[in-house]
Amino acid sequence: MNSTALFINFTYVLSAALFIFGLKMLSSPATARRGNLVSACGMLLAIVVTLFAQGIDYKWIILGMIIGSAIGYVAANRVEMTAMPEMVALFNGFGGIASMLLAWAEYHQHPEISSFIGFVVFLSAFIGGVTFSGSMVAYGKLSGKITSKAVVFKGQHIANALVLLAAIISALVFSKNPAGHYGAFLQIIFVALVFGVTSVIPIGGADMPVVISLLNSYSGLAACAAGFVVGNNILIVAGALVGASGIILTNIMCKAMNRSLANVLFSGFGSTTQAAGSGPQGEVKPASAEDVYYILEAADSVVFVPGYGLAVAQAQHVVRELGDLLEKNGTEVSYAIHPVAGRMPGHMNVLLAEANVPYDQLVEMDDINPRMDSVDVCVVIGANDVVNPAALDDESSPIYGMPIIETQRAKTVIVLKRSMNPGFAGIQNALFFYPNTRMYFGDAKASIQALVAEFKDSD
Amino acid sequence: MEAIYLTFVFVLAIFLGFELISKVPSTLHTPLMSGSNAISGITLIGVLASLKADNLKFATFLGFLAVIFATINVVGGYAVTNRMLEMFKKKDEGGSK
Repeated sequence: MNSTALFINFTYVLSAALFIFGLKMLSSPATARRGNLVSACGMLLAIVVTLFAQGIDYKWIILGMIIGSAIGYVAANRVEMTAMPEMVALFNGFGGIASMLLAWAEYHQHPEISSFIGFVVFLSAFIGGVTFSGSMVAYGKLSGKITSKAVVFKGQHIANALVLLAAIISALVFSKNPAGHYGAFLQIIFVALVFGVTSVIPIGGADMPVVISLLNSYSGLAACAAGFVVGNNILIVAGALVGASGIILTNIMCKAMNRSLANVLFSGFGSTTQAAGSGPQGEVKPASAEDVYYILEAADSVVFVPGYGLAVAQAQHVVRELGDLLEKNGTEVSYAIHPVAGRMPGHMNVLLAEANVPYDQLVEMDDINPRMDSVDVCVVIGANDVVNPAALDDESSPIYGMPIIETQRAKTVIVLKRSMNPGFAGIQNALFFYPNTRMYFGDAKASIQALVAEFKDSD
Repeated sequence: MEAIYLTFVFVLAIFLGFELISKVPSTLHTPLMSGSNAISGITLIGVLASLKADNLKFATFLGFLAVIFATINVVGGYAVTNRMLEMFKKKDEGGSK
């Protein structure tokens, strides 16, 4: 190793340390922003120092970086917060394809490689390819460009198994003697792209948070594999951090839905449970804006339970306005957020933060449930399955066992709903028929605005 | 021998990752994901080092594409994460007016 290479590698150690510090600072909203900057500094340092290496092709590098920066910067500033899942899906895919292209370029340049390097070239190209095409399908589903329903057909599992088998055979042939098997390599890329599509297409829209978490993990692992290909530590460390992060998030999402990863990946949830039309019946007690106003006005503590319906109705700003009025009235206000509220992990928190809800009012499910009995009023807005008590006591319910925000234990529950139609999973909600539940029908945004008006009139 | 050494680094980094990420509160999981998008753009470093001036034309073309994609991730990922985290305010910082 000459002195330049030594210098570069020592700097990579520093970069890795900065990534680690950055992630550590992400453990609190107070330091998170600085943490992101620290991490970005680590990246900048690594990029700059890499450019010191001799004999690299500056022309294409600089042109590529200018184009990439422009696209990335504009996209980052234009994206709506509601569209974050789509953006993350796209970025997962870009990370994957970059690793695939790197493996390809390396192999094209140096086909005479050992079996081990051949194997990691396969891993990098395969994981990268699956991540790319899988993420494009996830992006299509999230943005509504293709149907978000689970697309299932007969023999799907067998088809997927065959595709995977083809990948393994190509991998074996390829890594035995990489130099002589350019064809097998192209086959690997092709199979990877096909497998990405066929493995994501059967997964329904409601399960997308799991899928993008998983693809997030893959994009890190692809970078890791690429690190093995070029023998670069910083790629391995950074890729492993991302891989671990994606796996943890995937796990959290699965737990919050009380399902195993295998079940999410292979069962096509959205397509199988529509038959659950029966379920709890009974009389619901509707309430007018005025009724709800009197309930809220008299409450000492109010917990809002927002679901994705809130963001669809673009009601987060009026909800915050109502929250402020309640606080002025001496009421303690907080927002209880279920892990799967929104369309990706933590999505609802970002949407509320955008509406200027301070983060100390955002509480997690596990923190609010133990003190639910002392809450005066829970206001459920655009959430359904995550507050369905059937998950606790009805063993025949498809969501039985799923952890929920136990709003039914509050003194009064107000459910904002457009009509009595069942939610995402197609299950009628037992909560609506509880004696302490009042239904406040109407469009979420208009309903909240009516309450805000009631409060303002009374001043 | 290098394979062993790299695998060693990989395994340790995975464990470190689990330790670090499990401390991130669920409030910040979306910025965590977009931030890790940016970090997975680390592939850029590998691409830069492998894009040599005397490369074959086709390899240069692949590398060029890889530079574009990886840079989108790095720049876009950090920028959008910063934009999101900027919105997380404590109450006394004027979170609610």
